[in-house]
Amino acid sequence: MTASFTILAAITVAGMAAAMGLRNAVHCVLALTVGFAGIAALYLQLGAQFVGFTQVLVYVGAVAILAVFAIMMTQSRPSATPAPRAPLWAAGGAVAAAVFAVLAWAIHSNALSVQALPPQPEAAPSATVQQIGDALMHRFVLPLEIVGLLLTAALIGAVVIAMGRREEMK
Amino acid sequence: MNPLQGYLLLSALLFSIGLAGALLRRNAILVLIGIELMLNAANLNFIAFWRYGPVPAALTGIMFTIFSIAVAAAEAAVGLAIILAAYRHSRTTDLDRMDSLKG
Repeated sequence: MTASFTILAAITVAGMAAAMGLRNAVHCVLALTVGFAGIAALYLQLGAQFVGFTQVLVYVGAVAILAVFAIMMTQSRPSATPAPRAPLWAAGGAVAAAVFAVLAWAIHSNALSVQALPPQPEAAPSATVQQIGDALMHRFVLPLEIVGLLLTAALIGAVVIAMGRREEMK
Repeated sequence: MNPLQGYLLLSALLFSIGLAGALLRRNAILVLIGIELMLNAANLNFIAFWRYGPVPAALTGIMFTIFSIAVAAAEAAVGLAIILAAYRHSRTTDLDRMDSLKG
């Protein structure tokens, strides 16, 4: 439990909570980028550099921008998003709190089995880009091809869905 | 508390925040963002288990996270396109008013 982990965790949780709690949708997405960047920093701290930079590239760079564009295209007037009704707040918040309570209880009650893990290495295990590339090209080559196919299908599908009907474009 | 438990607790907290957002927000885009947040919490778990797990040389945690990020990006693109198409039809992204599938 180092100080850097505490600081990064606080920034990440604050950003994510703001992203889910603010009234203005554009402010939500701006807070979301802070949370995504915090998660990327946590990846870097865990020694997974490639995943950390992928997180910055995909989430901070692409998904957040996409969400901002979607919000700008769907908000005809800059009105704050309506707040949910009080009973819904209570029920949804209770469900989320119960999920967190169960997960935290499971993590704490499994302390023995977690301690049964091998002694933790002080230095992070190495995961260089070369090792990751080797694994992608040998052991994980079939999933890689399938992901390529999935991304192509998603690209075409997103364009087709968002394009609209032919008569509207005339 | 060892470091792995710290990361697991943080991940559980992020998952709960995302779940609360997906359940409570009425803007469809913010619900989608809440789902992305839950996916991110799961990815953080994968990386933490890779770092503190017994066989880090296998790189399985990193591979799973990379593929998960790719699938989540595809999901976000298609989801936002669907929201745009639904908005064009019903002129709203308020989920309480988007209660009909009929055209």
